[in-house]
Amino acid sequence: MVSVTLENVSVEFPVYGGSSRSFKKTLISMGSGGRICRDAGDRICVQALRNISFHIDHGDRVGLVGPNGAGKTTLLRVLAGVYEPTDGIVRRVGHVSSLFDATLGMHTEATGYENIILRGLLLGYSPQEIRLRTDEIAEFTELGDYLAMPVRTYSSGMMLRLAFAVSTCIDPEILVMDEWMAVGDAQFARKAEQRMENLLGSVGILVLASHSPELIKRVCNKAILLTHGQLCTAGEVDEVLQRYEALN
Amino acid sequence: MTNSNAVVMPSQDVAAARRQDKLSALDLAVGDLVAGLQGWRLWGLMGWNDIRERYRRSMLGPFWLTLSMGILVGTLGLLYGVLFGIPIDDYLPFLALGFLAWALISGVITDGCTVFIDSEHFIKQIKLPLSTFVYRILWRNYIIFAHNFVIYLVVAVVFGIWPGMAALLLLPGLGLLAINAVWIGLLFGMVCTRFRDVPQIVTSLLQVAFFLTPVIWMPELLGNRIALVHANPFFHFVELVRAPLLGHIPGALTWTVTVTVTVGGWLLTLEFFRRFRNRVPYWL
Repeated sequence: MVSVTLENVSVEFPVYGGSSRSFKKTLISMGSGGRICRDAGDRICVQALRNISFHIDHGDRVGLVGPNGAGKTTLLRVLAGVYEPTDGIVRRVGHVSSLFDATLGMHTEATGYENIILRGLLLGYSPQEIRLRTDEIAEFTELGDYLAMPVRTYSSGMMLRLAFAVSTCIDPEILVMDEWMAVGDAQFARKAEQRMENLLGSVGILVLASHSPELIKRVCNKAILLTHGQLCTAGEVDEVLQRYEALN
Repeated sequence: MTNSNAVVMPSQDVAAARRQDKLSALDLAVGDLVAGLQGWRLWGLMGWNDIRERYRRSMLGPFWLTLSMGILVGTLGLLYGVLFGIPIDDYLPFLALGFLAWALISGVITDGCTVFIDSEHFIKQIKLPLSTFVYRILWRNYIIFAHNFVIYLVVAVVFGIWPGMAALLLLPGLGLLAINAVWIGLLFGMVCTRFRDVPQIVTSLLQVAFFLTPVIWMPELLGNRIALVHANPFFHFVELVRAPLLGHIPGALTWTVTVTVTVGGWLLTLEFFRRFRNRVPYWL
């Protein structure tokens, strides 16, 4: 049983090189984004997340909504373990995989096969596990002999196919995603959609940040609304989305 | 704060969370170093790819480095040998090995300064041990060293150098250098990520250090001011590589200084790494 618990999590980014003069201006013109404040050492910092607490249980598909600068990406990174919060506690039971940039670490000089290995290692697989998955990935991408060619010879669409296939060959317990991944032409997009559904079917917990209410409605059973780095509402998808729409 | 019944905060889990959180920061820092080592396949491949990327589609590939350093050593050797009035048989092997060692040491330091800055993309996207990136630059610089080693082989053949059993001491020397390279990468990486002026400062200080260290000049030239050389830690690290390959055994002072620097550097770095490891992503 996987779960994620956040207790009073706050994230503050120090802003180096920000002059105190522009600080006043920013305060006045602040329409979105986290709170700008000063930390103990009187340095300017941005409070990207403030006192966030929630608990996500096994089987939950949580949609994360909020205006630009509300702290969605920061929260996803906290969940993924990239940022250890400046305050509060994050507790994860289960392994977290993050799916932010599908092309992360891809090497244009290396061949498709070599990139599968590199990405596989980045995802934490052993060479044996990668070898087991290579055929399946190769078949899914439909790139054929191109996989033995350097990735720089690929079109951007082909490259995305490969990136998508590799990053979705995971079997995560907790999956954290920033926006949905859609790739390729109509025919491939259908296949990709199917693959995403399969992936989501197997994960214990999904946290998906998106600006698309339709997507959240389709995929998620819970939702969290963030505004200015604070948790505004959390609960059933419809309620939260209503609050979100009322914001605009 | 609104918490509906769907997303609730259970109080019984919080105590457990606190306990888990009590894992000391030092454990986490050491854990990072160990986990990074265990991921050797990843940084091994990344290090290789760095080299390949730099010399893509060129015929000589990384041996361009070797060739350019070979030309440098050859011409400087002829010129400075005459200037200093040292027989070329003595001077050129000394110079070649000095350059070899210096390229490794300065490569590790300059790459160490930008290790986290250059890896920002990875660090912000995916949870990996920070040490992974340090091992990657270490490995990359050792690959370059291996390519440059060809210069030594050529010089050894041309000047008939046979270092004998002393050459075996190269291995502990390179090992000690590698252990130092890791703390240098971690410490300089952290400091340079936080203070972006430091890489510039380090680069210019390294240039000064190059001229202060007996690489192109021989320590004997200082006469009775040899203490200036003995007080220079760079000299001793260069000696770790240079002496065994010339057939000498590095002196007791060299081992004392290098081991002291290793221990001191690691103690300092562990303290820094313990305190600031989790701040690195924030500084990027």
